[in-house]
Amino acid sequence: MAREIGDVILKMEGISLSFGGVKALTNISFDVREHEIRSIIGPNGAGKSSMLNVINGVYHPQEGQVTFRGEVRRDMEPHKAATQGIARTFQNIALFKGMSVLDNIMTGRNLKMKCNLFHHALHWGKARAEEIEHRKKVEEVIDFLEIQSIRKTPVGRLPYGLQKRVELGRALAAEPSMMLLDEPMAGMNVEEKQDMCRFILDVNDQFGTTIVLIEHDMGVVMDISDRVVVLDYGKKIGDGVPDEVKNNPDVISAYLGTSH
Amino acid sequence: MSDPRGQVELNTFPRLLMHHAQQRPNRPAMREKEYGIWQTYSWAEVAQNVRAIACGLAELGFKRGDRLGIIGDNRPRLYWSVAACQCLGGIPVMMYQDAVAEEMAYVLQDAEIKFVVVEDQEQVDKMLEIREQTPMLEHVVYDDDRGMRHYADTFLLGLDELQAMGTAHDKNQPDFLDGEIRKGQPDDVSVMLYTSGTTGKPKGVCQTHDAFIQSAKGGCQFDKLTENEDILSYLPMAWVGDHLFSYAQAMVSGFTINCPESGETVMTDLREIGPTYYFAPPRVFENLLTTVLIRMEDAGWIKRKIFAHFMDVAKRCGAEILDGLPVSAGDRLQYWLGNLLVYGPLKNVLGFSRIRVAYTAGAAIGPDLFRFYRSIGINLKQLYGQTETCAYVCLQPDGQIKLDSVGKPAPGVEVKLAENGEILVKGPMLLKAYYKRPDATAESLNDEGYFLTGDAGFFDEDGHLKIIDRAKDVGKLNNGSMFAPNYIENKLKFFQHIKEAVAFGHDRDFVTAFINIDLEAVGNWGERRGLAYSGYTDLASQPMVMQLIKECVEEINAQLASDPMMADSQIKRFLILHKELDADDGELTRTRKVRRKFVSEKYAVLIDALYSGKTEQHIETEVKYEDGRQGKIAADLKIEEAKTFAPQAAKTAA
Repeated sequence: MAREIGDVILKMEGISLSFGGVKALTNISFDVREHEIRSIIGPNGAGKSSMLNVINGVYHPQEGQVTFRGEVRRDMEPHKAATQGIARTFQNIALFKGMSVLDNIMTGRNLKMKCNLFHHALHWGKARAEEIEHRKKVEEVIDFLEIQSIRKTPVGRLPYGLQKRVELGRALAAEPSMMLLDEPMAGMNVEEKQDMCRFILDVNDQFGTTIVLIEHDMGVVMDISDRVVVLDYGKKIGDGVPDEVKNNPDVISAYLGTSH
Repeated sequence: MSDPRGQVELNTFPRLLMHHAQQRPNRPAMREKEYGIWQTYSWAEVAQNVRAIACGLAELGFKRGDRLGIIGDNRPRLYWSVAACQCLGGIPVMMYQDAVAEEMAYVLQDAEIKFVVVEDQEQVDKMLEIREQTPMLEHVVYDDDRGMRHYADTFLLGLDELQAMGTAHDKNQPDFLDGEIRKGQPDDVSVMLYTSGTTGKPKGVCQTHDAFIQSAKGGCQFDKLTENEDILSYLPMAWVGDHLFSYAQAMVSGFTINCPESGETVMTDLREIGPTYYFAPPRVFENLLTTVLIRMEDAGWIKRKIFAHFMDVAKRCGAEILDGLPVSAGDRLQYWLGNLLVYGPLKNVLGFSRIRVAYTAGAAIGPDLFRFYRSIGINLKQLYGQTETCAYVCLQPDGQIKLDSVGKPAPGVEVKLAENGEILVKGPMLLKAYYKRPDATAESLNDEGYFLTGDAGFFDEDGHLKIIDRAKDVGKLNNGSMFAPNYIENKLKFFQHIKEAVAFGHDRDFVTAFINIDLEAVGNWGERRGLAYSGYTDLASQPMVMQLIKECVEEINAQLASDPMMADSQIKRFLILHKELDADDGELTRTRKVRRKFVSEKYAVLIDALYSGKTEQHIETEVKYEDGRQGKIAADLKIEEAKTFAPQAAKTAA
């Protein structure tokens, strides 16, 4: 493989998060290295999505600290996460249904737009050149994800699998250095899953994007991940390369439900 | 034709290319949509690229007479590879890009191919998969390097690198390529096209520069094609039609080839390019019409009314106006209005606003379908030809269009009928030989040098050729009357709800049929009626759908009853198949023609059931999915009786 896994860029230490009396995460630590595909797996309600939300600052943990590229803090703000190159997709697709695929992906460029509202509103001066540049980037994403034929289709009219792909496209358009993917393959059939896997691997390979991925489907995860964290009831029960995790007795019992 | 300076005769494709690069260096030769924008390559640029690829291939060790495999969608660089190969005196062999690896292995072995140029990673993977079986293969060159970073195999090479190698080579030895081009002779084999293999293994048809250039020239003169034409090249490069229309004719008249962005975007690209010259098999025209009709059904009632009214007007006088026949002033006014309100916008949506000439071939086109396009003012014509004749035998002249004929013999072509009705042809467009198959070559040509087409037909009173069916498919019912399965199937397939049909009847007492419904059209029809279904198999087994198809079959029976030759061919019993006939399962050829024999063997139990009077039959069928996995579809198929009509009762029933 040409891409080389680099140093640790994201470190979660002793993260605990609770909502009132409910403990969503308990004292969880793990790290993410540059250019790797890092998966978080676990049964329903294990705290996977909460973990992602802590990483990009939607949730603020009560305890623990997050270190991203050497900067240490208790919590992160979502917009800060975005400017620092973290993009994400959501478990239940969060696209603008009435807008075309092209426009939806264009919104992913929002942070990169430098011109002021006045210029944009009149489509004048620098704004024009800027838009052309952004459009070019968006077209590259469209080409990359092979969705040329739906460029102008409203997202609401697309099947679920394609909507997921568009969402990945929007995240990609931001040219992130790290992507958080929340169950990118949920609800897909085998063929769609294979496609999505291929795109995730391609993104990782071609752009060197670090990927943190939540997934239900054990098979998929084991195939594409470099390292896997396993959560169960908000606790970390396993961490390591896929083979290690697969043979970890705690993980097996959490997934197969044998008595502890 | 010779050069104005009387120097080089333009009798090979490389010479034509270099001629255009000199005569019209800045005219667009090709366009390709990339990143959503149409990119143009001028003739000079194309020539330069072709030189680079040719020299690169030479550097790799490509020799005169070597075959170059070419696999992929219609990409400019693949067309350039065809020309590059011809510059070196090689023989390009295009392959169907959606074929599975084993099918490609057959062609690679048969043509003893050492070099291939492929489009992308998908095709590279296929080459790697069959590497063991094709030890001859030395170099695989790929156009698109996406996903290719980790392929370390030394027999792989990017087309970019090849071109860079070639450019350097061309700089060092600028005379090399010109020398190679000078060596080319008009009767050299310029291309090898594999037959679709409706019967037996595919055969490589060797065609010369002269054959294709003569055919292309004839066609261009016939339709007065100029360098200003625009054509959209979206049909497989391996198909003779694409090679004639997109490659040979463009090379002869210097017009522009436009390559779509991807297979799925053809409709959009068609609209953006607005070709002036268009070629499509009937299936494509049918799909276009189906999409239009489906969308019309979803429109509001005012629009539906307007559409229906003006379609009636068009039916009445549209084709006549197009042919320049006398039409009453009232109808003319109505048609003019219709053009403003319906036909114009409709043509625009379909991308046919600028069409001067459109052709269809490859299969018979339904008369109503054909008439529809002509009636809205599209000069759609039919032609007749096969791989062995450069798809150039008969053409319909402007203004002399008959719905059920394929026109008159093309310029330079001689057509005659054998005693059994088989069509025999002779002319410059005939194949040189089948590759390594002298037996087949000898069999296909008679003593006087006529090619035996295998089609049965006859000339009508105006000298137009009419095709009935494949000569070998035409059979007899037990009572001795003629049974032409294609004829019946084509009638069935014209219904938008029927995608494919297979009729049986040879040596039987009556005619029966398998039907494939059109998932999109029937699905839409069902949704409108609140029908819930989970997929093709389920939809096909719904009683409502059965009733719908039954009505179609009975309508056909009424039509057949009115034709004394065909009255006995009415369909007595039929069933709807539980799966779509598919090329991956071997039921269709890659050009999507039914493999009659294969289908009747595979589904023998269904045919037995059709003739044994059963009302239901269980069947289990293995299917291959696109990713290569195998699966099974099982179903209990209902067998339906259709009403038939006595020949004399036909008029009232229809």
